[in-house]
Amino acid sequence: MSSLIADRRHSQRWGLTQASSKIHIDIILLLGLISLLGVGLMVLYSAGGQDSSLLIRQLIRIATAFIALLVLSNIHPDRMRDAAYWIYGAGLMLLVAVLVFGHEGKGAQRWLDLGFFRFQPSELMKLAVPLLVATYLAERPLPPSFGRLLVGLVMIVVPSLLIAKQPDLGTSILIASSGLIVVFLSGISWRLIIGFITLCASALPVLWYVMHDYQRQRVLTLLNPESDPLGAGYHIIQSKIAIGSGGIFGRGWLEGTQSQLAFLPERSTDFIFAVIAEEFGLIGVGVLLVMYLLVAGRGLYIASQAQSSFARLLAGSISITFLVYVFVNVGMVTGLLPVVGVPLPLVSYGGTSMVTLLAGFGILMSIHTHRRMMSP
Amino acid sequence: MATRFELKDHFRESRLTNDRLIFAAIIAGLLFVVVMVRLAVLQVFEYEHFDSLSNRNRVDIGPLPPQRGLIYDRNGVILAENIPTFSLELIPEKVLDLDSTLNDLAVILAMNADEVLDIKQRINQQRSFNQIIVKQRLTEQEVAKFSVNRHHFTGVDVVGRLIRHYPQGALFAHTVGYVGRINKRDQQRIDERNYKGTLHIGKTGVEKFYEDLLHGQVGYQEVETNVQGRIIRELHSVPPVSGNDLYLHLDINLQRIAAEALGTYNGAIVALDPKSGGVLAMVSKPDFDPNDFVSGISIKKYAVLRDSIDRPLFDRALRGHYPPGSTLKPFVALAGLESGVVNEYSKTFCPGWYSLPGKDHRYRCWKKHGHGKVDLLKAVSQSCDVYFYDLAHTLGIDRIHSFLDLFGFGHRTGIDIPSESRGLSPSAQWKHDTRNQAWYPGETLISGIGQGFNQMTPIQLAHATATLAMRGVSISPQVARASRKTGQSELQLIATETIEALPMQKSQNWEKVINSMVEVIHGKRGTARHVGKDMPFEIAGKTGTAQVFGIKQDEEYDADSIAKKLRDHALFVAFAPADDPEFVVAIVVENGGGGSKTAAPIARKMIKQFFGITPDE
Repeated sequence: MSSLIADRRHSQRWGLTQASSKIHIDIILLLGLISLLGVGLMVLYSAGGQDSSLLIRQLIRIATAFIALLVLSNIHPDRMRDAAYWIYGAGLMLLVAVLVFGHEGKGAQRWLDLGFFRFQPSELMKLAVPLLVATYLAERPLPPSFGRLLVGLVMIVVPSLLIAKQPDLGTSILIASSGLIVVFLSGISWRLIIGFITLCASALPVLWYVMHDYQRQRVLTLLNPESDPLGAGYHIIQSKIAIGSGGIFGRGWLEGTQSQLAFLPERSTDFIFAVIAEEFGLIGVGVLLVMYLLVAGRGLYIASQAQSSFARLLAGSISITFLVYVFVNVGMVTGLLPVVGVPLPLVSYGGTSMVTLLAGFGILMSIHTHRRMMSP
Repeated sequence: MATRFELKDHFRESRLTNDRLIFAAIIAGLLFVVVMVRLAVLQVFEYEHFDSLSNRNRVDIGPLPPQRGLIYDRNGVILAENIPTFSLELIPEKVLDLDSTLNDLAVILAMNADEVLDIKQRINQQRSFNQIIVKQRLTEQEVAKFSVNRHHFTGVDVVGRLIRHYPQGALFAHTVGYVGRINKRDQQRIDERNYKGTLHIGKTGVEKFYEDLLHGQVGYQEVETNVQGRIIRELHSVPPVSGNDLYLHLDINLQRIAAEALGTYNGAIVALDPKSGGVLAMVSKPDFDPNDFVSGISIKKYAVLRDSIDRPLFDRALRGHYPPGSTLKPFVALAGLESGVVNEYSKTFCPGWYSLPGKDHRYRCWKKHGHGKVDLLKAVSQSCDVYFYDLAHTLGIDRIHSFLDLFGFGHRTGIDIPSESRGLSPSAQWKHDTRNQAWYPGETLISGIGQGFNQMTPIQLAHATATLAMRGVSISPQVARASRKTGQSELQLIATETIEALPMQKSQNWEKVINSMVEVIHGKRGTARHVGKDMPFEIAGKTGTAQVFGIKQDEEYDADSIAKKLRDHALFVAFAPADDPEFVVAIVVENGGGGSKTAAPIARKMIKQFFGITPDE
């Protein structure tokens, strides 16, 4: 407790002298994000059948998301830590509300209709879960005791299950992993980690049992896509054709036949990676993946330079989760993972996920720019 | 101890987390390699394969919808078939600008704003890669008009399709039912993959009940397409499996006779084969043309059907609630015999009215001056109300209720058509539960003659009569007799559901009641003597007249002076031959007046038709 108070006194003293007139932005991260978003818009123009109204809608979304980024990057990380329990609690209540009053779209209840706009509480939880787990674990010395570890796991599991019930398996997995990454970064012993993984592996049959039919179907189709060419397998078959036919150099921008002739379903949203692969080839997707790695790498660097355990855990989780996003989507589109419905971050059209993603980077910038000017 | 743990070692914590961060970075690097290898496999090593799939052959996979099974009557006459038509269909995902495309199509096909709005609504309900019907049953001119302008419309095409057709028109509208476009609610109860490419689904009647049998199994084809997405050649296909054909018990000739005999009256007729439970004819009038629903009925036309005071869409045979009137009397009589309250010699004096002990209220017999001394035979054959007031009073409502229960009154018969109604067989318990009111003895009396709270459907009445005719063997009515898989010659019989013998104490009691019903037809003073004239066998029957509105204590019922809508319903049940029944019929003629006058002659015509006897002049 005493150390917490000391922390706060420090930050107040240093904060006054340092941050009065400055806008808190990390230029390197910003440049990385802007170039990814730029690539995204270019591909979207092609994938969406050269529809400029689609681009405008996406641009509006990006602008909104940048406002969120700027707001969060100018809030001191300590304030976020103070609000962690409240944000999490509110998010949890909203999730329950969604299950009770939610608005159904495409067979899943994810939306809460607030009259003036529709809102997906699961998006809020993408940030609230790592924020709370980082706050909670960093209250005491790391690595956490076994009891605190269990409490932390409960904080992760409850919202994940609520979201899986909507049903939105993709988001549920992402939220669970964002929390688990915090736990991992908190330095729990490797023995516990391996034990946990074994436990999860043995729980797979149980998971199979509680899954929805369409989710099981997707797993089965992944193992043998040709078995269901009219249903779930259609996505994977067409996606593989698109990727494979791109070759090393690609067919060129706006030249991909799979995407332009609309063989590829969901080509501007979840399967946009296949469009990139078709039109820009192996080189194009290689460059894109490197860009993702660079952005995430900057995030990891920010995490390593953070001055409190809380900030380190949160920044680390946000950066790694971003990578998880990328790899789950790419794995799904290339047929390595089941089709769980995760968009390609910063590139896929639509989704409230754009706001959440950039808000997360806002937190990273806040953590980096609010450092006290003293060497550790 | 607490203070020792509170101390945070910042250096150690930061090193701990940083180690993990480095570990995560290494994993990310490894995943990057895995993904790049996967991409290299697809894009470099399998490039030739995918390139040929994508570039030279633009492969599209399309569903091949199965052909819906046909429906035949018992003579092999087709009741539901598939006829080829052209329809204009679009795939929203492949259309560049939906609004302008629809507007242009509206001009070519002369569609009004409502129709366009309807199409837009359906587009919003479906996934964007499913086809949507713009217009069905195109005329040749329309096909030609579109074909000329076809290059303006990517994603829109004329498709040859088999469409459901009911050659008998309105005759089987309620029984066979109809198919209609698959809507959102249907989507939830079907396997969506098996309905890829199928646009219609059974909505009512046999078409709905046997949807799974009739639909078949979807196939698919991989086709090579050109740049506009039009098919050039087929690469590979798995053919669909057609749905099973259905063979019904229904007899089109009998159905036609029944519908004609009912004429312009509203009402329902159900004819059963008592030995198999097979439904030989089932008419509900007024009716409608089911073909209107197949291609999507216009809002205006639908409104006329829906808002008509005669409710043509309502299946009276299965869902119409009618008081059974005197047709219930044989069952009440059987209850009296079985419980030992009366025997065939017991007599009641009928002065034309009945009063409960100690009360003045007079419950009237239909015969104003009374039947005099009445035994069971006379009570049924002349339909004496006083006899049954007295019997019902002695039995009590609960004994009547539990006896009628055995014959299925107040229960669904289990016929193979959806949304059958349950009817109502009242009891003291029922009145307490639903209305929180006590049961009055007077209500027992009017229940005993089939009035009051009693509500039953024509199918229930027919089923109960069949059970009586079969001396207690109860078989659920069934419309479908057998199905046949495509390409096979033998029929697979569809199992009937329940066959059970009712627990009767004395089997002679059946004969006593049936004798009294034979007396109705063949007795000198039977209420339906004209039905049995010149018949080669004995027929058992019972007339019934159900009051639509109550008459005051001392008023006369005068059919001519009251409005048609308030006239009594005419009922008639019969089976033939009485000793070994092959044919059972239940008839309800709404506002038909007396049962013997309007309902019984219909039965005579149907019996003659069924047994192949020369019809009356």
